[in-house]
Amino acid sequence: MHQEPVLTRSFRVLTGIVLITWLILPLIPLAIWSFAKGWFFPDILPKTWSLRAWEYAFSDTSGVIDSLWLTIGISLAATVLSILVGVPAGRALGMYKFRGKEAVELMILAPTIVPGIAVVLGIHSVFISMGLNNTVFGVILVHLIPTLPYMVLVMAGIFANYDPAFEAQARSLGASAFKTFWYVTLPAIMPGIIVGGLFAFLVSWSQYILTLLIGGGRVVTLPLLLFNFATSGRNDITGAIGMIYILPGIIILILTAKHLSGRSGAVGGFGQI
Amino acid sequence: MKIFLLLLPAMSIIVLLFFGGLLIGLMRSFNYMPVIGLTDPDFSAYVAVFTDREFYLSFMLTFHIAFTSTVISSILAIGAALLLRRSFAGRAIVNFLFQLNLTVPHLVGAIGMLYLFSQSGSFARLAAEWGMITKPSDFPALVFDPYAIGIILQYVWKEIPFIGVIILANMQSIGEDYESVARSLGASKWQTFRYVLLPLIFPGVLSASVMVFAFTFGAYEIPAILGANFPAALPVLAYRKYTDVDLAARPEAMAMAIVIAILSAVMIYFYVRYSRRRVRG
Repeated sequence: MHQEPVLTRSFRVLTGIVLITWLILPLIPLAIWSFAKGWFFPDILPKTWSLRAWEYAFSDTSGVIDSLWLTIGISLAATVLSILVGVPAGRALGMYKFRGKEAVELMILAPTIVPGIAVVLGIHSVFISMGLNNTVFGVILVHLIPTLPYMVLVMAGIFANYDPAFEAQARSLGASAFKTFWYVTLPAIMPGIIVGGLFAFLVSWSQYILTLLIGGGRVVTLPLLLFNFATSGRNDITGAIGMIYILPGIIILILTAKHLSGRSGAVGGFGQI
Repeated sequence: MKIFLLLLPAMSIIVLLFFGGLLIGLMRSFNYMPVIGLTDPDFSAYVAVFTDREFYLSFMLTFHIAFTSTVISSILAIGAALLLRRSFAGRAIVNFLFQLNLTVPHLVGAIGMLYLFSQSGSFARLAAEWGMITKPSDFPALVFDPYAIGIILQYVWKEIPFIGVIILANMQSIGEDYESVARSLGASKWQTFRYVLLPLIFPGVLSASVMVFAFTFGAYEIPAILGANFPAALPVLAYRKYTDVDLAARPEAMAMAIVIAILSAVMIYFYVRYSRRRVRG
């Protein structure tokens, strides 16, 4: 390789620094606000620092911790349901050719592109008569609309490269259907379940309008709480809740940075977060 | 039969919830709902929506937001991918920072943008520090503004890594052989990019852009945080109509939801056309 001119190289480094700075920048005032006690124009940094917002966030009266557990519960439930239902569907799409397969694929793809607002108004008016509005169960159900397709897409990718001959061998050696699944199939598809499950969790974790409408203001997940504090001008508490809210995503990114490469069919899931 | 059973649970959920929700929305937008005694479908909600100036302003604003955000993000994402695909010292850390906001929800980005670009935000304070302005109102309106600059900045922030990661993966699987051949045959760097690399990554760019366009057209919380009150983005307007105390406005909200759904159906068409055999991995 020939030597790169100094000018081109400095341009490259400079644009790289600008890019990365821009990508981190919006998180900085949020973090600062969470430790600020009054931070008025035109101060570049707060005059006094304080842990007040964090103390408030972790106090029993604020409801932040309750909301955190509720959000974790809803996202976990949506994830588990997506896995239970998505793994078989992924197997059908990844391993078999059948009539109408393209139509099925299209139907699974559609919810990943059609925005939630377009379907949730109709669901809301049906859920009224079923008593599902304003309930946690109703919220979990609507979260399946964005989470399930990613689970199916990831599993279809996994099963497309899966060799069912191992299952046949286990069966011919006398293993029961359940044992075959538990000791042969499950370990082989585990990476897909983990990646797809993490996607499903994060997609559910970030839902706003579905929860707002179906939860009817009674099911207050973290994003709803965050929105309320942000629009009521409590910037310090907004900052603290914002930091708590982004933590799971960042932990998941650190743990899985290598597996979440763009080659996985699920990377589109990031578009929904 | 076995395939049918494997697909049954997932398809039931998608058909009942997703397509059911769409269908009910469609029926209600035509004022047709036999269960509650509405048996004569009509077009009154569509007439009301399409004769309302606010709807057109809102539609155009939303289209502007989605189109501008998608084009800017795609171009910058191609640039970022070109920058990050070569190896350099500290690449792992830079890659991690590049992907950091992928898992940060849009809502958090929107609040961050508010604190950065509002008239008492970080940039206004820097401008005051440097003597460019004396009071907050001197700072140009970049949020709650008629051109939706704050919203577009938020989307550009969020979607560069999203499109970028897809392009990077695309570039990795294409490899550099084609470009080396073009270079050895005397093509300039620009020619190699324009006539060799760009056509190869274009389907990937396009399918990612389609997802971004559909998302930015239908997202609620970002314009709700950063947008002006009038005209509001279409999803915000639809939500307001739906939750209006006047229940008669609900079919109009449904009609707007159907407009958004039709636009995303067009997006799905492009997506399927340009993302080749994506589902099968």
